[in-house]
Amino acid sequence: MTVNELCEKCGFSAVVLADGDREVAGCYIGDLLSWVMGRAKGDDAWITIMSNINIIAVASLADVSCIILSEGVTVDSDIIETAKQKEVNILSSSLPSYETAVRVSEQI
Amino acid sequence: MSESLIFHFDVDGEDFTSAGQASVQVKKNLRRLGISPEIIRQVSIAMYEGEINMVIHAGGGEADVVVSEDKIEIILADKGPGIADIDLAMQEGFSTATDSVRSLGFGAGMGLPNMKRYTDEMTIDSVVGEGTTIRMVVNL
Repeated sequence: MTVNELCEKCGFSAVVLADGDREVAGCYIGDLLSWVMGRAKGDDAWITIMSNINIIAVASLADVSCIILSEGVTVDSDIIETAKQKEVNILSSSLPSYETAVRVSEQI
Repeated sequence: MSESLIFHFDVDGEDFTSAGQASVQVKKNLRRLGISPEIIRQVSIAMYEGEINMVIHAGGGEADVVVSEDKIEIILADKGPGIADIDLAMQEGFSTATDSVRSLGFGAGMGLPNMKRYTDEMTIDSVVGEGTTIRMVVNL
């Protein structure tokens, strides 16, 4: 399942799809950045409500397939620009983190 | 490769939002060298945690990454306050970060443990009032 397909099948909104053909292999929920870097696996979809600029570096370095902002959280335009430059995918879900993860789980 | 490649970075201690630039550049460089994705991920996370620590605690510092035939070494040196109790600092969950740092999602007390988790060797030399040098090795 690619990030493009996940976005469509789960009914999420695409915020940045800079590398939408990437495979999604799993899912991790977390808002503490070091915890995410310690526990998430490469190619996971990372569900978070954290929306500051540092999430882009964390997603890139931890090599997750995409960030999914849950609870309808939005990001500023400078973060969107940085995500495009760094080729980090960002999706958005209006659902809480748990329900967002359930939808991801139904697809992968 | 017969000779080592060295990448040097000055880590800016002023700007929290740009923290991670050195790590992102290292990731790019390692990808160009054809290093495997899992090794790149280990080096990237370990270096980013160290970079963030230098920004949070030490007002910046210097980072060197040495790529040789059989290993990648990461050396992070700062002139910050030093670490008084290294064993305590290595415990998951222990942190001296401020509330403002925590509100950004850092300061969970996982930085040093993550650096150890993702590297094959890690040594910390720290003198209170003088600074800290951390050397990490990821074997290829």
